[in-house]
Amino acid sequence: ETRTTFNRGPQRSFECMWRDMGNAVASIAWAVLLLPPITAVFVIISRFSLLHPIQAVSECLSFLTSASAIFSFILLCGVIIMVGFLNLEYYTVIPTIACSKIALLGQLLHPRQFVNSLGHCIMGIIVAWCCAITVGGRYETIADPCAQGDGSPQMCLNEYHLILLLAGAFVGFSHSLLGVIYNMNYVSFHTVQQYKYLRFKGSLSLVLKCSATQALYSVRNYIVVYFFLGKWSLSVHPLDSIAGLLDLSLLYHLWISASFLLFTWHLTLLLFRVFVTEVYSFPVQSSFTEDAHQCLPTVLTDKQPMILKFLALLDLALLSQHSPSRRSEVFSLSQPGGHPHNWNAISKECLSLLADLTQRLIAYHDTVATNGRAKSLSTGSERKTSSESSGMFPRPTLLMKTPASVFARSIVGCPQSPLTAPFTPDLDSPFASPALRRLTAPMDQCSPWFGTVQSPHIMRRVPKLWSTSTGEKSQALFADSQAHIWALEGLSYLVQSSFSEDQFGVVQTALPSILSCMLGLQEAVDRHFKLPHASSKPVRSASSMGDSTHKTLRFALRATLKTSIYRITTTFGNHLNAVKMSAEHRKRLQQFLEYKE
Amino acid sequence: MCSLALFPPPLPSGQTTLCESNNELLSGTTTEDRLKLSLKLHCRTESSSKAAFLDHSETLWMRSAAACSYIYQLMSFYINSPLSCAVVVPKWLSVSSGCTLALLRWFSSFHGSLFPHLTMSSEDMLAEFSQVLNWSDCVVRAFAWHPHTDKFAVALLDDSIKIYNPKSATTPTLKHRLQRSVAAVQWKPLCATALAVACQNCLLVWHVDPCSLSTRPSSGCAQVLSHPGHSPITSIAWSPSGSLLVSASPMDTAMMVWDVASESGVPLQRVGGGGVTFLSWSPDGSHVLASTPSALFRVWETRMWTCERWPCVKGRCQSGCWSPDGSRLLFTVQGETVIYALTFTDTPAGVPTCTSKGSQAAAVVADLSETTFNTPDGDIIVGGEIQSLAWDPTGERLAVLLKGDPQAADRPAIIAVFKTRTNPIFELLPWFVLLCVGFVQGEPGTEPRLMQFHPNFQHGALLTVCWSSGRITHMPFYFLSAGVPHFGLSGSPSLPRPQERPADFAKQSLFTELMS
Repeated sequence: ETRTTFNRGPQRSFECMWRDMGNAVASIAWAVLLLPPITAVFVIISRFSLLHPIQAVSECLSFLTSASAIFSFILLCGVIIMVGFLNLEYYTVIPTIACSKIALLGQLLHPRQFVNSLGHCIMGIIVAWCCAITVGGRYETIADPCAQGDGSPQMCLNEYHLILLLAGAFVGFSHSLLGVIYNMNYVSFHTVQQYKYLRFKGSLSLVLKCSATQALYSVRNYIVVYFFLGKWSLSVHPLDSIAGLLDLSLLYHLWISASFLLFTWHLTLLLFRVFVTEVYSFPVQSSFTEDAHQCLPTVLTDKQPMILKFLALLDLALLSQHSPSRRSEVFSLSQPGGHPHNWNAISKECLSLLADLTQRLIAYHDTVATNGRAKSLSTGSERKTSSESSGMFPRPTLLMKTPASVFARSIVGCPQSPLTAPFTPDLDSPFASPALRRLTAPMDQCSPWFGTVQSPHIMRRVPKLWSTSTGEKSQALFADSQAHIWALEGLSYLVQSSFSEDQFGVVQTALPSILSCMLGLQEAVDRHFKLPHASSKPVRSASSMGDSTHKTLRFALRATLKTSIYRITTTFGNHLNAVKMSAEHRKRLQQFLEYKE
Repeated sequence: MCSLALFPPPLPSGQTTLCESNNELLSGTTTEDRLKLSLKLHCRTESSSKAAFLDHSETLWMRSAAACSYIYQLMSFYINSPLSCAVVVPKWLSVSSGCTLALLRWFSSFHGSLFPHLTMSSEDMLAEFSQVLNWSDCVVRAFAWHPHTDKFAVALLDDSIKIYNPKSATTPTLKHRLQRSVAAVQWKPLCATALAVACQNCLLVWHVDPCSLSTRPSSGCAQVLSHPGHSPITSIAWSPSGSLLVSASPMDTAMMVWDVASESGVPLQRVGGGGVTFLSWSPDGSHVLASTPSALFRVWETRMWTCERWPCVKGRCQSGCWSPDGSRLLFTVQGETVIYALTFTDTPAGVPTCTSKGSQAAAVVADLSETTFNTPDGDIIVGGEIQSLAWDPTGERLAVLLKGDPQAADRPAIIAVFKTRTNPIFELLPWFVLLCVGFVQGEPGTEPRLMQFHPNFQHGALLTVCWSSGRITHMPFYFLSAGVPHFGLSGSPSLPRPQERPADFAKQSLFTELMS
């Protein structure tokens, strides 16, 4: 048994890597394929003139066939491929939620983020150079011949070229920073399933709008920065004056170049999101043992990579809802032996996920209730999951690398706030094995950190910067709740269809534990929403490429939880009175049976 | 095929339909039935001044469209007026502006002739596409039974919504600043609290705690869902699993699919049709009917959200309803007097297919063309165009609301009730059988405006009808559900409680509480 586990690991991660890679490569390929038309449109927009339309078009055509255009196009393709791989490297299915300003700062100053920003800066310069070549005219070269005072010809700095290159760097950098602030690397799954092409088409106009607005703001900020910092002694036309910068044609070219840059990048990101969240149908069971590791029950119970686990949960939710034939496989008994292995594995994993969330909520609530404030405020950090969720570069589990004391602290700290020290990788991946947790749980009290850090004495001295907002903490608590939502949906639909489809009564045996788990979670969620700010709605950012789905996950979870319990109570009705459960849960269930929740 | 000629004649004046038992509709003369709920007639508020001004909450698009039309009028005035000859303008300017004007005119006439509904005001549009007969002057503008319990919501002319629950003494009244011109209400399935309301400019989702004693829930209890360009909303539909909500606006070619908890919507855009007017989600959750203002409707499958296009010959799809198993769709077309049926035989779910392969053409299942009946009060002409359809949750009764003619006294709006059987025991018979039961009539001088079946009535079906007088009546149809095999199509199941007569119905808790 142990040997198979050992052998299976690398093989599986290899396969996952290929699946991930395949999707990412397909999305990058599409982005590259879409580049020629986008570039052509950009050339036409940048060179078009109202007064000489025919001349402008012929110029565009001659430019498009020139060697410099082809060279810059190859450069752009390289940039797109690079952006695609950065997307793959940095994406996460569980958002990183910074609960305080300092945690956000920590994220921004993180070495990994620094590499990202640097990469985007360089790519921004490259794209801006291509734009300068494309726009042509005064932007084309870095040095211009100019006449000195004595009349001798000399090469001077062409500031028009420079301002465009620096704009590229600035936009690239700000794009990278905004990516952290708006969680642009977070890949969310849609409730409405659509084919890839339709989803892409549906989001295209939004991407265009976002790119244009973000470019406008970036250029505005850039102009301000340039006005104060852009002093070049070698320049022939100094631009750091108000008159120099308020050149409409210059502003227009800066804006369309920035829009072009952001549009190609956002498009790559959109394609990546569309491809990586595509529904994947896992086999429920296989007749060959060597394929067993690809089956739904096995993939579900795996910790890594996260994206695969999410896809498996999504598949579970969909099959339980739409597919009677696959449901019958879930309810089937093993041959030989007659054990419901599939159902057992699936229900156990779903229940442990839900129990995990319940524990997390109870622990958080207890801390808030005892201390008045959450304990580990001063240890603010981020939830470090991005690296773990990337399937391309499998890393050793971070759990191994951490000293026990930090680990113990994070176990206490994380449920309340998934924030530990800014640069310590957070060990409390939401799916970290519950067994390990149980093992380390008694250490809480012994940890030397425990008593001191949370003493209110220190808390009072904590500066404003460190303080967290409860709404964001609530968001952080539910950061991975998409998994819980699918687990709830999957379980409740399976229980519902078991009423008529479960021939061997395999679901019946688990019904009491499912009900008590859901009712327990319901109680914990109810209590959580009574906390101040927990039920306040986040402000919706309308036009941004960042995904704000994570901000409302707790509401979605609450609604799904209620619906799931109702789904079971409406199906089974008064039969549920025969199910054994505690008096408290019975009372709660009665509320549901009477439609009073 | 069934036609109205097979129906028993309408009741003489003064008789009111009470219930169905033994396969026939029983009637009574008492006007003080206990099966009713009177609602106070509300006078129309702020009706006149509104249209004169542009509404502040109109979208940017609508405002710019209005501005465009203003410029267009201005241009046409200057160019067409004899004054323009006198004013010295450069020749090229007048020629080019004339060309532009001609182009604009051509385009606007083209667009307007394609989609005439775009020129209507929002109120007219709501009245035109609502399932309610004469929506604009109807006291009850929308009605919704809760899918699981005996409570219902009623939207009134004064834009308030009342929730009646026989088990509770309080009658919450929902009012919200944005709750104007309510076109539809619907309770969320698998939930006790959530009520979706289609308003003029947005979609509201109220959360009304059934245990709360408050009679005026604050507007904080309502979620506001809106999307630019998506108004007025004429139709909404919850998925039977309670997870999604779809909404339709005749001004928006996209149908919105909302995840209400996270307040995010996905527009599902399709070219053609010029908007979406009416939505109906099949009870098994697999399909959504979406009709457009033009002669075209779509049937979406809800797994991957792809759609089938169904062009109609004559007019737009006015109303439609699904069989309980979601395999059959009945619909009516504006300008026609027949009911069509479509069959959807799904491929096994789980196999992702683009479309569910069904029949290639709709079949006519009932002809409701005008028929003259001789009654003691004179000839009555019944039939004609159909306003709405309702199919009861057991799939055994179909109620059809016929428009009639409000100007002619002998052509009243009336509800015809059919007996339906979708799964015949004898395979030789066509899959769908309609048998007539009779006409539902109310008090003299009132006409039915809106109807809905109770989602889970134990002894058959319960039809709720809202009348032009503001009265809401509940009409039980007693029969045994097809769960028990019957032999022969005309055999009537016995009344579940033979000792109970129509006059005793008030003993049931549901109705006693509803008397006002």
